[in-house]
Amino acid sequence: MENLSTLIHLDYTLMIVGIGAALLGSVSGALGTYAVLRRQSLLGDAISHAALPGIAIAFLLTGSKTPLILVLGAAIAGWLGTLLIMSIVRLTRIKYDSALAIVLSTFFGFGLVLHTLIQRTGNANQAGLDTFLFGQAATILARDVLTIGILGGIALIVMLIFWKELKLLVFDEGFAASIGLPIRALDILLTSLLVIAIVLGLQAVGAVLMSAMLVAPAVAARQWTNRLRLMVFLAACFGALAGVSGTIISSTMSRIPTGPTIVLCATVVVGLSIAFAPNRGLVWNRIRQQRHRHGLKTAADGLLKQSQQRSE
Amino acid sequence: MEAAEPKAIEVTDLTVAYQDKPVLWDIDLDVPPGVLLSIVGPNGAGKTTLIKAILGLVRPAAGNVLIYNKPYEVQRRIVGYVPQRGSVDWDFPTNVLDVVMMGRYGALGWVRRPGKSERELAMQALEKVGMEAYTTRQISQLSGGQQQRVFLARALVQDATVYLMDEPFQGVDATTERAIVTLLQELRANGKTVVVVHHDLQTVTDYFDWVMLLNIRRIASGPVNETFTPDNLRETYGGRLAFMKTDK
Repeated sequence: MENLSTLIHLDYTLMIVGIGAALLGSVSGALGTYAVLRRQSLLGDAISHAALPGIAIAFLLTGSKTPLILVLGAAIAGWLGTLLIMSIVRLTRIKYDSALAIVLSTFFGFGLVLHTLIQRTGNANQAGLDTFLFGQAATILARDVLTIGILGGIALIVMLIFWKELKLLVFDEGFAASIGLPIRALDILLTSLLVIAIVLGLQAVGAVLMSAMLVAPAVAARQWTNRLRLMVFLAACFGALAGVSGTIISSTMSRIPTGPTIVLCATVVVGLSIAFAPNRGLVWNRIRQQRHRHGLKTAADGLLKQSQQRSE
Repeated sequence: MEAAEPKAIEVTDLTVAYQDKPVLWDIDLDVPPGVLLSIVGPNGAGKTTLIKAILGLVRPAAGNVLIYNKPYEVQRRIVGYVPQRGSVDWDFPTNVLDVVMMGRYGALGWVRRPGKSERELAMQALEKVGMEAYTTRQISQLSGGQQQRVFLARALVQDATVYLMDEPFQGVDATTERAIVTLLQELRANGKTVVVVHHDLQTVTDYFDWVMLLNIRRIASGPVNETFTPDNLRETYGGRLAFMKTDK
C-alpha cells in the first residue's frame, strides 16, 4: 500500500515530464516528416548543434535560466546557422553536405567553448546548462510543458494552414515555382518550423541527439502508409510514444540522460516498422518474393509442358 | 512586317549562365500562337534551361521573355508546365488524383484546399490521358509511361493557353507515346500553343509543325519543312549525325 502511494506521488512529476515529452515528440515527429521527404534529414542535426551557442549567449546576456529565454537564444542561433548553410550553398561552390558539416561543427564548437567558460566563472546559477548537451527530461517543469505546448501548437497550426503549399514544395519544387509559389520564403518557413521543433526538444533530448527525434518517427511512419496526411499523423504518434517511453525509463532509473533513452525507444519503433509494416516491411517483402518465385515456377512449368506437348 | 499578330512566346537576347559557363547564348525565339513546336538539340544544348528560363525558374544573365506580350509573372495562369518526369521523387506518399489536383493549386490561391470541383476537373483530365482507372494508385506503383500521363493530366487541369513540356516522351512505351501525340495534336486543334523538348529526331516531322534547333545558340527555328534541314541539323549536332537518313 505504501509503495502505491509513493508511486502516485512520483506520478505527478512523471506526468509533467511525460506530457512534455509527448508534446515535443509529436511536434518534432510531424515536422520531421518534411525534413525526411526533402532528404534533409541532416539539416536537423545542424540546427540542433548550431543552437547550442545560442543557449550560452542567452544565459550570458540575461543571467537567467527561464526556458523561454534560453529557447529563444537557441532558436535564433539555430536559425542563423540554417540561413548560413543556405547562403553558403547559394553563393559559393561549396556543396550542401559540406556547408552543413562546416556550420554544424563551427557552431557546436563555439557553443562548447562558451559553456566551458560559463562553468569556469563558477556562477552558482549555471548548473543545468549542460543538460542541453544530452538532455535531462527530469528537469522539465510545468512551465516548460506550457512553453512546449504553445510554441509547438503554433508550429503545427502553421503547418496545417500551409499544408497544400508545403506539400507541393516538397514534392515538386519546380512546378511549385512555375505556378508562382515563393519557393525561398516557403523554404525559410519550413526551416523555421523545424527550428522551433528542435529547440523545444533541446532541454529534454539534448543537442547531440535531437535530430533523431525528427528523422526516426518519420522514417517509421513512411513504412506504414502511402498518404502524406497519415504519415504526418503517425510520425507525431510515434514521436510521442518514443518521447514518453524514453522519458519514463530515464526518469525512473537514476540519472540516465534522457536523449539517448528516447532515441533508443525511437529506434525500436523504426526497427519494428522496417521489419513488419505491410507492403514496405522486410518480412512482407520476403513472403511476397517467395510467392512470386512460386508463381513464376508454376507458370514456367506450365509453359514447358505446353511446348513439350506441341512438339510431340 | 507581320507585327499585327501577338506572339505566344517571345524570347529576345536571352543568355543564361551557370557560374561562369554560358548554357544559353543570345537566344531569340518567336513562337506564334497555335503551333506545336519541338526544341531539339544534343545533350547539354540548354533545352531544359530554355524552358526553365521562359518559366522564370532560372534567372537569365540577360534578355527578356514575353508570353502574349506580357512578362511571365502576370501570365502564369495561362501557362501550363510539365517538368521532366525524373525531377521528382515518385516515392512521395501521395496518389494519382492528388498529384493531378496540384495543377489547380495556382488557381486556388493560398490556403484554400482542393474540393469537389477540383476533383472533377482532375478526373476529366485523367480520362483524357487514359488513367481514370488509377486515381487512388500510389504514385510509386506507376510505370514510367503512366507517371508521364499523370504529369500531363496535371498540366491539363491548369487549363492553360501555352504549354511547356520537358521531355514528355522520355522513356515511355509505344502506347503512351501515341496517346501523348494525340493529346498534343488535340491541344493544338483547340488553339493552344505547345512547346516540347524532344530528343527523337526521327519523329520530329511526324509529330510537330514547328521546330527549334538549339545548341547553346539558336541554330534555326521555324516551320519544320523549312527548318529541319540536313544543313541545320549538321550545324546543331556537329559531326555526330551520321545515322540520320535524309528522305529527299
